[in-house]
Amino acid sequence: MLSVSDLSIALGPPGMPSPQVVRDVSFHLAAGRTLGIVGESGAGKSVLLRALIGLLPDGMRASGTVAFEGRDLLRLSEADMCRVRGARIGMIFQEPMSALNPARRVGEQIAEGIRWHRGVPAAAARAEALRLLERVRIPDAGRRIDAFPHELSGGQRQRVGIAIALATRPALLLADEPTTALDVTVQAEILDLFDELVAELGVALVIVSHDFGVIARIADDTLVMKDGARVEAGGTADVLRAPGHPYTQRLLAAMPRRAAVPRSSGVAPAEEAPLLQLRGITRDYPVGPTPLWGRREKLRALDGVDLDVPVGSIFGIVGESGSGKSTLARIAMALERPTAGRVQFAGEDLFALPERDLRLRRRQFQMVFQDPYGSLDPRVRIGRTIAEPLDLLPDVPHGAEREKLVAQTLESVGLKAEDARRFPHQFSGGQRQRIAIARAIITRPRLVIADEAVSALDVSVQAQILDLLRELRDSHGITIAFITHNLAVLQAIADHVAVMNRGRIVEAGPARAIFDAPREAYTRRLLAAQPVITAGGRGSRSIPPSPSLPAG
Amino acid sequence: MLSIIARRFAGLLLTLTVMSAAVFVVMEVVPGDPAAIQLGTSARPDTLAALRASMGLDQPALVRYLAWVGGMLHGDFGTSFTYGVPVAGLIAERLAVTLPLAVMAIVLSTLIAIPLGVLAAARHGKAADYGATLFAQLCLAVPNFWIGLLLIVVFAVGLGWFPAGGFPGWSAGIGASLKALLLPALALALPQSAVLARVMRAAVLDVMGEEFVATARAKGLTRRATLWRHVVPNALVPVVTILGLQFSFLIAGAVLVENVFVLPGLGRLAFQALAQRDLLVIRDVVMFLAALVVVVNFLVDMAYLVLDPRLRGRT
Repeated sequence: MLSVSDLSIALGPPGMPSPQVVRDVSFHLAAGRTLGIVGESGAGKSVLLRALIGLLPDGMRASGTVAFEGRDLLRLSEADMCRVRGARIGMIFQEPMSALNPARRVGEQIAEGIRWHRGVPAAAARAEALRLLERVRIPDAGRRIDAFPHELSGGQRQRVGIAIALATRPALLLADEPTTALDVTVQAEILDLFDELVAELGVALVIVSHDFGVIARIADDTLVMKDGARVEAGGTADVLRAPGHPYTQRLLAAMPRRAAVPRSSGVAPAEEAPLLQLRGITRDYPVGPTPLWGRREKLRALDGVDLDVPVGSIFGIVGESGSGKSTLARIAMALERPTAGRVQFAGEDLFALPERDLRLRRRQFQMVFQDPYGSLDPRVRIGRTIAEPLDLLPDVPHGAEREKLVAQTLESVGLKAEDARRFPHQFSGGQRQRIAIARAIITRPRLVIADEAVSALDVSVQAQILDLLRELRDSHGITIAFITHNLAVLQAIADHVAVMNRGRIVEAGPARAIFDAPREAYTRRLLAAQPVITAGGRGSRSIPPSPSLPAG
Repeated sequence: MLSIIARRFAGLLLTLTVMSAAVFVVMEVVPGDPAAIQLGTSARPDTLAALRASMGLDQPALVRYLAWVGGMLHGDFGTSFTYGVPVAGLIAERLAVTLPLAVMAIVLSTLIAIPLGVLAAARHGKAADYGATLFAQLCLAVPNFWIGLLLIVVFAVGLGWFPAGGFPGWSAGIGASLKALLLPALALALPQSAVLARVMRAAVLDVMGEEFVATARAKGLTRRATLWRHVVPNALVPVVTILGLQFSFLIAGAVLVENVFVLPGLGRLAFQALAQRDLLVIRDVVMFLAALVVVVNFLVDMAYLVLDPRLRGRT
């Protein structure tokens, strides 16, 4: 039904030699089948999807053929393409928040395509929109149809996005990283919904993802891309069982999986006091509009959290969005005061210390953030950024001594001493995260808190950064509190794990115990929702999704 | 949402109270005694004292302030000595010129700015974009009273399509009055529209990069339909902000433009009152114009609630 041959996408005006973002990609897709396109950033997979629907960014042009329902889409006029787009091909985007118009009710946004293509009256289109909302299983659809996007949860917004794409009963669905912005339990539900729709409506689905786990879970066929070219293609089960290309093998190998080697040898004996001890941490935030009288409502972000982080371990804290894990990180770093509770670092109550003493202690605990782009000042050479925490030391090093420290630190995170003179934009995402780590460890801290520190990175880069963190633990004895939404990453790296949900610790203990024998239902649900690669590929899911999950 | 409106309204009242106090204090500090100005320098002390007593000027400041505010709340703005009539009537009469002028200027400026900004953004980097930018630069660079003179030279003196100035009064017919107001409104609107068009262009370009625009296109909407249905409504928020902020400049411009076109409006009243040191009129007109600006910004806040449902809060 869809047949793409020799599709190339070039950047720049026609007739000139120009860089190609996609090179000679071909594939076929039949109705009722799902094709997964997997690759790391820069693979050209999203651009390829845009080309199929004729919505390339300005300055890009496609060549080759995209045969769909007997026509070559690349040769259609814009006016003809408008009659295919939405009507025969629907598209679903990554960010369920920004993909919906914030100023219009979701029902109108679904009905718009129906009215546009079929010219039906508003009431009929609304009835159809309601039916679609029920079809994508939005609870209480009759009321939600008049909601604005910001009034829905991320999962519900993505369901609306799917309803928009389905509105005119298309034959082909394109989905660009449709679950990347969602929590794993919600991701599992959305993937199930896709499965159902493909089976029931007989649509063909092309799904693009950087996550091999997602592709393994849903796709019949898989196309692996790298740098705009096809690396390998075939049945998903075959690709997973016997990846033919070294790149596919590397990609699969880089997927975080259970550490085979025994965990940290440096785990402290039980009698040694924990480095970081949290007791009864509670944090309330005022939410909602300020009423004319009285106080604003309170949201309890953290509710009586107790935590012991042992010396020399990698302590994983996992939770979905809204679980309070980042608030916990800010409180543990003494950046924010808890409403109640105590933070003990190396036996001292941080919030009982005078401001000046607290500042002197700060060199002992540092932080690495998620976004390696936003966390570095673009106008400052990285040498200066890295050296900045040195000012926290009792006798601040200057001149040659300072430069030597910067050079040593850069080398210890796998960069070169002369990189100190460069600016952040001259580095890749993975290198920037190394810079952020260098900044965190230059004062030789005892504790580093990494908040989603590898979440923005491609899997192969992710693996390298995880290796670096392990090395910091083993050779520098740094204790690492690793906060993430991604269980797979923790499985690869953590010695201890605490599972958080709605501001509470659900379960905590040695990593092996949590992963092998989770005691709590929530932990089990989280583990079950994690897309795992099994040799059988699609359809061989070992654990069925729990029907008792609250709708995302 | 009701609580948001109530809170904004409370804010409006508070601002007006603080503002009235500020206006009152400034007029107290400014040298000049309304009674002495009225009687001239050769007045006898006992006459002066009698007039001061009849005007209530011998009362303590707080009493006079409360009397002033209380009077305004009842629509009693005091009496102008130069015109010998109640200031309230004077303002109302002048407002009948200035308010339509300001409304016309705002309507004209948005009618020019929004299509111009959208056009420039849609044809980003092309000739139309540069043309729109050039037009905006010109309108910004030239002061509005000079644009007024230019319009008079071309459309009144040269072509004879419009009167060169003056105002026939609403009793002479709505058509004739609007005709008299069109050129001054245009003189006020052009610089405004230049600012608004630039803001609109930037906002449209911003919104066009949002993913929901791609969603709309993926539904099959044409480029133009996407632009008007999804991009423009979301791009209006910053434009409305600027519209509110620029309103005070519009009022200031009206003072000049009303003088160029010899319109009997509030701006001209303020100008004449200043020239004649009619302190009571100045105080009341300043208070009135300031209140107008505050009310307009309150309306802008309300417009946000219409344009962006996220600001309405959860219901």
